[in-house]
Amino acid sequence: MKSLEELKAIREKMKNQVGLRNETSDQTRIVVGMATCGIASGARPVLTAFSNLVQEKKLENTVVTQTGCIGLCQYEPIVEIYEPGKDKVTYIEMTAEKAKEVVEKHLVGKLVVSKYTINEGGK
Amino acid sequence: MYRTHVLICGGTGCTSSGCEEIIRVLNQELNKNSLAEEIAVVKTGCHGLCAMGPIMIIYPDAIFYSMVKPEDVPEIVSEHLLKGRVVSRLVYDEAVSDEGHISSLNDTNFYKFQTRIALRNCGVINPENIEEYIGTNGYEALGKVITEMTPEDVIKIISDSGLRGRGGGGFPTGRKWQLAKDLVKGGQKYVCCNADEGDPGAFMDRSVLEGDPHALIEAMAIAGYAIGASQGYVYVRAEYPIAVQRLEIAIKQAKEYGLLGENIFGTGFSFDLGIRLGAGAFVCGEETALMTSIEGNRGEPRPRPPFPAEKGLFQKPTVLNNVETYANIPQIILKGADWFSSMGTENSKGTKVFALGGKIKNTGLVEVPMGTTLRTVIEDIGGGIPNGKKFKAAQTGGPSGGCIPVEHMDIPIDYDNLVRIGSMMGSGGLIVMDEENCMVDIAKFFLEFTVEESCGKCTPCRIGTKRLSEILDKITKGNASLEDLDKLEELCYYIKDNSLCGLGQSAPNPVLSTLKYFKDEYIAHVVEQKCPAGVCKDLLQYSIDDSLCKGCTLCARICPNGAVSGEVKKTHVIDPQKCVKCGACIEKCRFHAIIVS
Repeated sequence: MKSLEELKAIREKMKNQVGLRNETSDQTRIVVGMATCGIASGARPVLTAFSNLVQEKKLENTVVTQTGCIGLCQYEPIVEIYEPGKDKVTYIEMTAEKAKEVVEKHLVGKLVVSKYTINEGGK
Repeated sequence: MYRTHVLICGGTGCTSSGCEEIIRVLNQELNKNSLAEEIAVVKTGCHGLCAMGPIMIIYPDAIFYSMVKPEDVPEIVSEHLLKGRVVSRLVYDEAVSDEGHISSLNDTNFYKFQTRIALRNCGVINPENIEEYIGTNGYEALGKVITEMTPEDVIKIISDSGLRGRGGGGFPTGRKWQLAKDLVKGGQKYVCCNADEGDPGAFMDRSVLEGDPHALIEAMAIAGYAIGASQGYVYVRAEYPIAVQRLEIAIKQAKEYGLLGENIFGTGFSFDLGIRLGAGAFVCGEETALMTSIEGNRGEPRPRPPFPAEKGLFQKPTVLNNVETYANIPQIILKGADWFSSMGTENSKGTKVFALGGKIKNTGLVEVPMGTTLRTVIEDIGGGIPNGKKFKAAQTGGPSGGCIPVEHMDIPIDYDNLVRIGSMMGSGGLIVMDEENCMVDIAKFFLEFTVEESCGKCTPCRIGTKRLSEILDKITKGNASLEDLDKLEELCYYIKDNSLCGLGQSAPNPVLSTLKYFKDEYIAHVVEQKCPAGVCKDLLQYSIDDSLCKGCTLCARICPNGAVSGEVKKTHVIDPQKCVKCGACIEKCRFHAIIVS
């Protein structure tokens, strides 16, 4: 290593990885339903897409995690997004493509993608 | 990219309880479930809660699994990692409330009262991966120091922070650096690290070396810049194989990344680091003996002055600090002297790591702000004394320290307060004793240790400690007189005043402090020929209460020496000549008929 810039570059690269191990209350949590129903309707690629996108966009304080059956098996794959100080948003019938849109619009742009939420699609 | 990190403690404690096998099964299960791409397995350093090992922590959920067995791993993978359902039966029980709610790790009593600075990365990062250390702002302090600060600035910030030596002496670190910089101008100088942790029961230095070795490397390079040294040595005992191995890996990686070696960050500053292995002699933790040993000679102390800051290693000015002291340095540089000095008491700033051992529920490593009371450390963090027994005393500072009786449980722990009550901070070993520990026996234990470890160079220590140990032995056998107690005390002061180095000067401390607080126990041994705690075997007498004995023959069958005799359904008797006082009959007797007096 020749310079402080190179050190900084490694730090930035690793920060998100190691930062996953912090316990802070102001985390944004992306929770993917990964029970039998979720996995059967394709939750796995959705989960993978979210975790890749969070890394790619360098979203800080954002974690992707999974949960069991939420009880709305017909709407799986279900993804819930918890942001500090905001109401929970529930997306249904997710796919890897929709995940990309949600990350770009909701997590980066801070606009809920209403068309995929349970309030819209579940009617 | 990884969405979940599974942290597995790879410290010495968890390694000996089988973490390697758990890692192997975990990798196998992850592959089987096609999760290897998205779940990272990270072998970290020690989490501190060694009593509960092997430990596994899953992030981002922050679920803390304790005492994990290889056969539990498939369930953790298929339930938790695949489906997100926590395996509650394996969660550390302190983290589960009565209603079954799982709380965060940092809310458990063990972690809630802690402030982790020296141990901040232990159990969090993979110590064998330099990039993980850099990811937690590692080497940023070194970069800042050598590109933006003068050596004077560095020493000033360390002095202002109030950091004092964590190895036991408590000498102000900033002043030590200042002396090494100023006493001799220019020329070859050295930076050394004392990792020859020798106190029985203390293992915080090992934990830092195993869990965060780069913090030590970074701090030593900073010290090198401050005093003008280009070479450093870490003196670590060969009995710490995992620590040595991780430090070797860390030094190699630091060199590859150009963070050690020539022309660091293109500033012209060069610093190299070597490891020297010690053979485990206690005296080599004494600074002059340590440097003599690095030079390749027999590890024996020499008189001071000259102090190492003037004439140290190879007769050159040398800074020698302990591992834990160094582990604080990068954080002080990054966060400032005010941040550090805002923690602690008047003359003891920052935090201190304690190794909890003995009669305590949560055995392990804890780091608390200076000024925390012993009561908080033992009752809240340590979880109290097991089996409903009563606290009697805590031993601090190992063979050089003393004990803190129950009446001093509420004094804030810092360097000065501990000395005031006849103990010392030492390296931070904290051994908890309950009513079943005999204080004379404890003093005897530590004296036997110092007799073994005395290097033999000076007479007061070599012969004096031997005589102390003999008098203590006499007391525990019931052969001593009250004059022996006076002689014991007199000899203690003589050894303290006349020994060459810290080992001898502090060796009588365990005797003096137990004499001070538990003189009645000594007197009971001498006058009444009794050991109130029931430890000293020569003073115990086993007999059977004939009103309680039912003649069940259990005791006669368990006795290893055939000392119990009697017919079925008739009272049994113990032959005092044959009885070896092992206590096996007491444990076996269902009628509490065996009396110890």
